[in-house]
Amino acid sequence: MYKIAVMGDWDSIYGFGALGMDTYRTDMQESEEAVRLLRRLAGQEYAVIYVTEALAAQMPEEIERYRTQPSPAIILIPGIAGNTGEGMAALHKSVEQAVGSDILK
Amino acid sequence: MAAANVNPTRMELTRLKKKLTTARRGHKLLKDKRDELMRQFLEMVRRNQALRESVEKQIAQANAHFAMARSAMSDEAVRVAFMSPKQELRLEVQTNNIMSVEVPLYQSQTRTSREGDIYSYGFAFTSGDLDAGVASLAQALPDMLKLAESEKSCQLMAAEIEKTRRRVNALEHVMIPQTEESIRFITMKLDENERSAQSRLMKVKDMMLAEAHHYQ
Repeated sequence: MYKIAVMGDWDSIYGFGALGMDTYRTDMQESEEAVRLLRRLAGQEYAVIYVTEALAAQMPEEIERYRTQPSPAIILIPGIAGNTGEGMAALHKSVEQAVGSDILK
Repeated sequence: MAAANVNPTRMELTRLKKKLTTARRGHKLLKDKRDELMRQFLEMVRRNQALRESVEKQIAQANAHFAMARSAMSDEAVRVAFMSPKQELRLEVQTNNIMSVEVPLYQSQTRTSREGDIYSYGFAFTSGDLDAGVASLAQALPDMLKLAESEKSCQLMAAEIEKTRRRVNALEHVMIPQTEESIRFITMKLDENERSAQSRLMKVKDMMLAEAHHYQ
């Protein structure tokens, strides 16, 4: 059985705890700590890790690393500060990788 | 070119011809695979885009509620409210095979089936906006799982398409032309050898005739 994790600043993620997901709050200033946390979570039994867009912007290389691995799925969600468009950008990136140019625009 | 490095023998020629047919067949198969993957990928990516838009809207809505709740409650109160969640969400992961790409399928299971169990706190000391926020997140949950599923599938398929496209191009622009070139080189060389043997024989015949009949 797999679990779901949510990573980000406390204000953006605490609600997910009520749904039964595991919430991991990270300090926005400490991106190295977030990287360590992500690696630790990826090694555990989490099939899906939701990461806030603001946090993902701090560690694009780490997010990139898990793109082509079958598990876990790292999905960007908008944080409490609003939608930065980072999640959509990730999708456009997939299209660009597959097609050669972004045809969704 | 690679043609200079091959042995101009019949054995090598047969080998290369076999290699060429295999390469051509592989090229055709991979091209078909790429086209089909691309078709499915585009379909999925369009669906994913719509799904993401709706999920982002739903989460933004929930966040608006949470922001309101935070303004009415202290940090501690919020933390206490979410300290021990009643509900637990588990995922069963299956895989679906799309053109040899293993994409995940998530099946969610909750520990308790009662809907009200998403509220991990008593209603007495919390803001009503908190309930609204949690409720709208709960509503977004099925879509969020579907989003995770299709987004991961898109990522995996994009990687596979890129790989397949490279293979197709390598076969089409390097492997097949090079093999054809080698085959042409060997046939030329063999023909040339045959002609030179022929003319040598004719010459020898002439010389022998000259000797036997004492021409001149």
